[in-house]
Amino acid sequence: MIPTLNGRIQTRIFLLLFIGIPWTLIVTPFLPNQRDLTGGGLLDTYKTTFSVLGIVLVLAVFGWELLYHFAQQFRWEKDWPVMFTFFLVIPEAIVAKIVFNALDIGIKFNATATNATFWWHIVTTWMVMWLFVLGPIKVLFIRWRFNGGRIFF
Amino acid sequence: MSNDMISTPASVLGEAMEAAPAAPTPGDLNDELIRTDVWTDEMLVRAGIPIVDVAFVSCGGGMGSFVLSDYLRIAGVDTSQIRILSNLDHPWQTYEYLTKVSQIPRTERLRSDSQGMPDCLWGFPSYALREARKEKKLFPIWNVLTEPILADYWTPRAGTVFAGLEKEVARTRYNEMLVMGQVRMVRRRNGGGYFTILTPPPGSTPTRRIAYRSQYVHLAIGYPGLKFLPDLQEYRTKYNDLAHTVNAYEPHEHIYEGLLNKPGTVLVRGGGIVASRVLQRLMDDRERKGAQTQILHLFRTYYSGRHNKWGFAKRRGAYGFAFQGFNAPKSAWGGQHIQQMLKLEGKARKDLYDLTGGAHTPYRKYWLDQMKRGRDQGWYHTYQGEVVDVKPSANGDGVVTTIRQNNGSTATLEANIILDCTGLEADIREHRIYADLLDHSGAGRNPLGRLDVDPSFEARGTRSGNGRLYASGSATYGGYFAGVDTFLGLQLSAQRITDDLAAQGFGTRIGVGRSVSNWWKWMRHKQI
Ligand SMILES: Cc1cc2nc3c(=O)[nH]c(=O)nc-3n(C[C@H](O)[C@H](O)[C@H](O)COP(=O)(O)OP(=O)(O)OC[C@H]3O[C@@H](n4cnc5c(N)ncnc54)[C@H](O)[C@@H]3O)c2cc1C
Repeated sequence: MIPTLNGRIQTRIFLLLFIGIPWTLIVTPFLPNQRDLTGGGLLDTYKTTFSVLGIVLVLAVFGWELLYHFAQQFRWEKDWPVMFTFFLVIPEAIVAKIVFNALDIGIKFNATATNATFWWHIVTTWMVMWLFVLGPIKVLFIRWRFNGGRIFF
Repeated sequence: MSNDMISTPASVLGEAMEAAPAAPTPGDLNDELIRTDVWTDEMLVRAGIPIVDVAFVSCGGGMGSFVLSDYLRIAGVDTSQIRILSNLDHPWQTYEYLTKVSQIPRTERLRSDSQGMPDCLWGFPSYALREARKEKKLFPIWNVLTEPILADYWTPRAGTVFAGLEKEVARTRYNEMLVMGQVRMVRRRNGGGYFTILTPPPGSTPTRRIAYRSQYVHLAIGYPGLKFLPDLQEYRTKYNDLAHTVNAYEPHEHIYEGLLNKPGTVLVRGGGIVASRVLQRLMDDRERKGAQTQILHLFRTYYSGRHNKWGFAKRRGAYGFAFQGFNAPKSAWGGQHIQQMLKLEGKARKDLYDLTGGAHTPYRKYWLDQMKRGRDQGWYHTYQGEVVDVKPSANGDGVVTTIRQNNGSTATLEANIILDCTGLEADIREHRIYADLLDHSGAGRNPLGRLDVDPSFEARGTRSGNGRLYASGSATYGGYFAGVDTFLGLQLSAQRITDDLAAQGFGTRIGVGRSVSNWWKWMRHKQI
């Protein structure tokens, strides 16, 4: 990938909205949880997983992508190998978890989510988005790869 | 064609088509036409040149024409609205010739990556997936997922590309659009649009020329010419010695064969990918077939480490070579490089070209290991220097090159054969079509002296009423986009041109729906 800063942010927003949301809708019922224990409903788990998406989005747009763009300047080609994106789930998920805990989100929605809920959700969502960027996105948006990842404008 | 140019099958064919006929033939160019910049329909009638009407004409019929026609077909333009004027039977003809002579036969790997797919507008599924499926191996996929960090860039076999092109030619009915002949010139038409003068193969038509009257013209005529290095050309002319100097773009298999029979010394000139290929061939022959070749390698600019700072990064270099995966930094194909270029004009643009261009070659472990063995075992030597003089050697069995090195000292290099791998390209004026365009149609030059095009690849200054003239390929190098002479670059150009045409009502803009449905057709090899 050869993103520009603008392209990075647009791609990220698109992925979270159009891949992250549908995937979260599909996967949430199947994630490990403690609904039995706490008596909360599926809706509570949805509220939790959607909050996680929100945290990831805000951190990415106002933090990570700026940092990646800066790091990219140290690469001669000004490219961003797909392998980087694959592994960047690690720092991103850890920071998101810290924020998640700090905001008490796990507990807020009847504490139906466990640590496993969080990790399974974030890692699978990330992988689906990553696979989407490897190929299908180019079929939907033929200008994406020639526009540094810009989609909307 | 001047005599310092390297002839290719296409240039030979073209010259034969253009050759003056034995007896005057009707329907030829006359003085009035040659002199006048903007032609009226009546002028052609007076000259007896028949006029063919078509909306869109692409001149060249090589990879550039093919890629654009593919885009236009997918944008819904019918074959009847497009004519491709060419001296080639199939689009990859010149390309295959040049790769083959410069040591990339069908089984060898190209330079461009898995997504530079002239036969697939989407670049997905990539060549790596295609080869992985066909050869039942996971390695190509692992490679593209980890490059360029854990592995060198994966690149497709030449044969994979040609096979794919053959299918896409049939799928888009390319041959229905193809007209054989040599394009002589393009002139603006009074009232809008252009006339393209075609010289069909001798005897195939009643008149010597045919005029294509079209609203749009696209030029993709490839290299204006490939040249010998001036000092080698001078040597060839002065001593009338063609046997000891050869260009990598000329057939030169006999050199490798000769070296197997009789040990010799070869001087390789140039620091680009062609030099890498030729070195590999010489070294493979040495390591596998027992040749005893001594290899001298002359760089004009010698890189021994990181150099040329762009952003916070410097380009890698070692043992003479500058390393860069592709013709330009990867981000030229749509990322930060082109973004930055779009803001640069004149000298500022040239400066960024100087910084990120020059001769360079991909970093490939195989090549580096092989050269290291050559240095260790004393059969591969590198030099830096400007050539001052080239002379026949005293015993008549070779050539002596005198060089001036950066430290001011001079040195002489004696070799049996000089192999010119510099890939020098001729000035655009060396091609008749561009010369005519500069002289009669208002075209100009960009900061590197080639054809000036805008971000939509329209040749600046050539607009004619509601008509547009576009160009793609190597002639437009020096514009905002540095990757023009590559498959992916031809696709980027084709996309910008197709969008510009769609904005004028020619073809439909390829949006999400059209793209997805056409991709699905492509996947099923469904003819369009
Ligand atoms: C050795 C070599 C290796 C390369 N490897 C790669 C690679 O790995 N990956 C990559 O992406 N790119 C590569 N390229 C660069 C580039 O993609 C190819 O050169 C490609 O063929 C360029 O397409 P084109 O349409 O500009 O030129 P061409 O394919 O050459 O087509 C233009 C053709 O127009 C015809 N023509 C010219 N004048 C006239 C006329 N007056 N009338 C009619 N027809 C005319 C000629 O037949 C000419 O060949 C390589 C180039 C070379 C030389």
